[in-house]
Amino acid sequence: MLREAPVSTRIPAFLKSNEKEILQDWLKEQTGAATFRADLLKEKDLREESHTFLGALQTAAQGSIEDVSGEGWSGVKDFLSDLSRSRAQAGFTPSETATFVFSLKQPLFSMLRREMKGDAEGLVKEMWGTSVLLDKLGLFTTEAYQATREDVISRQKDELLELSTPVVELWDDVLAVPLVGTLDSARTQIVMESLLEKIVSTGASIAIIDITGVPTVDTLVAQHLLKTVAATRLMGADCIISGIRPQIAQTIVHLGVDLGSVVTKATLADAFGVALERTRAKIAAPASTR
Amino acid sequence: MDRIPILKMGRFLLVTIQVDMHDRLAMQLQDDLTARISSESAAGVLIDISSLDVVDSFIGRMIANTAAMARVLDADTVVTGMRPAVAITLVELGLVLEGVYTALNVERGMALLQEKVAARGA
Repeated sequence: MLREAPVSTRIPAFLKSNEKEILQDWLKEQTGAATFRADLLKEKDLREESHTFLGALQTAAQGSIEDVSGEGWSGVKDFLSDLSRSRAQAGFTPSETATFVFSLKQPLFSMLRREMKGDAEGLVKEMWGTSVLLDKLGLFTTEAYQATREDVISRQKDELLELSTPVVELWDDVLAVPLVGTLDSARTQIVMESLLEKIVSTGASIAIIDITGVPTVDTLVAQHLLKTVAATRLMGADCIISGIRPQIAQTIVHLGVDLGSVVTKATLADAFGVALERTRAKIAAPASTR
Repeated sequence: MDRIPILKMGRFLLVTIQVDMHDRLAMQLQDDLTARISSESAAGVLIDISSLDVVDSFIGRMIANTAAMARVLDADTVVTGMRPAVAITLVELGLVLEGVYTALNVERGMALLQEKVAARGA
């Protein structure tokens, strides 16, 4: 194997002496590639980025070109991370992003061929070293790209969670939770917590959970709903479930879920009517007993 | 050993748990409360747990049992002021305090007790 790759590589020296040419070739390579996005990237910016990268590469390559995990390569890696992040945000695909690094192969190889004419053994070694190095950097770019995308996904997930669980005050003493989307354990927990907190802060005595926007109700979702109802009751408030569509009513009965202990209404309006009736009755009660 | 005080208010007994409940304290409360209900022939019991912020399964069961015992002794029971975290814990533990009335605070709990006792015609 070519395990004992060049002890001292001549690449840094070549990079320095051929800097202008490589940059020229590389730019031509990048702009000519099928993956070049003229709509997203200006040639001037690309030139700037390429120039910075070549500079960083030249500095880093003076150490070892085999081990890119070393400290000497942190500059190059930081640059690539930033680049991947900005490209990912601008809407480049992973291959379009990685092409930035991979397209450097062609210019570097032709430079090596020019510089090392006659030394076949040395040329092979240097080419192998360069190829491995660029592969590593290319993979690193892809990983950084992926990480950025994952950040975006997890942030959107959090935002979605926040968005989808509002607790609204309908009336004095009446709260409503319009649920939209599938209910899983994590969401139920958040709904439950925010509902109970709101009950404490507003002193509401009736909470309406509206499931018009919940696409399916299976045994698990039903159990989550029942838990929320039970917790609300423990806090001293009544709970009404509204917005049960005909299909969902059928599913619930077919599944054998017992919602008998819970007040259910077909629409939010019906539930609100019940809530108003109850609060009014409650408001009137102390006056008569006093 | 410290005890949880049981206050008498008319025909009702009022228990406010202001300290961290430990198992022996809960047992003691159960004894005291049942004894008081029968000696005072109380019509209702109000247990305020608004300063209780941690419950385990034992304390949860104790609250449920105490309430059930009070009912057996013909006193309506209201548990008031449960914190959200406690409510969630009890639900997760499967203790939904069936047969026990609940209210958001002592004021509403009292109103509820009066209503229930009046409805019973006691």
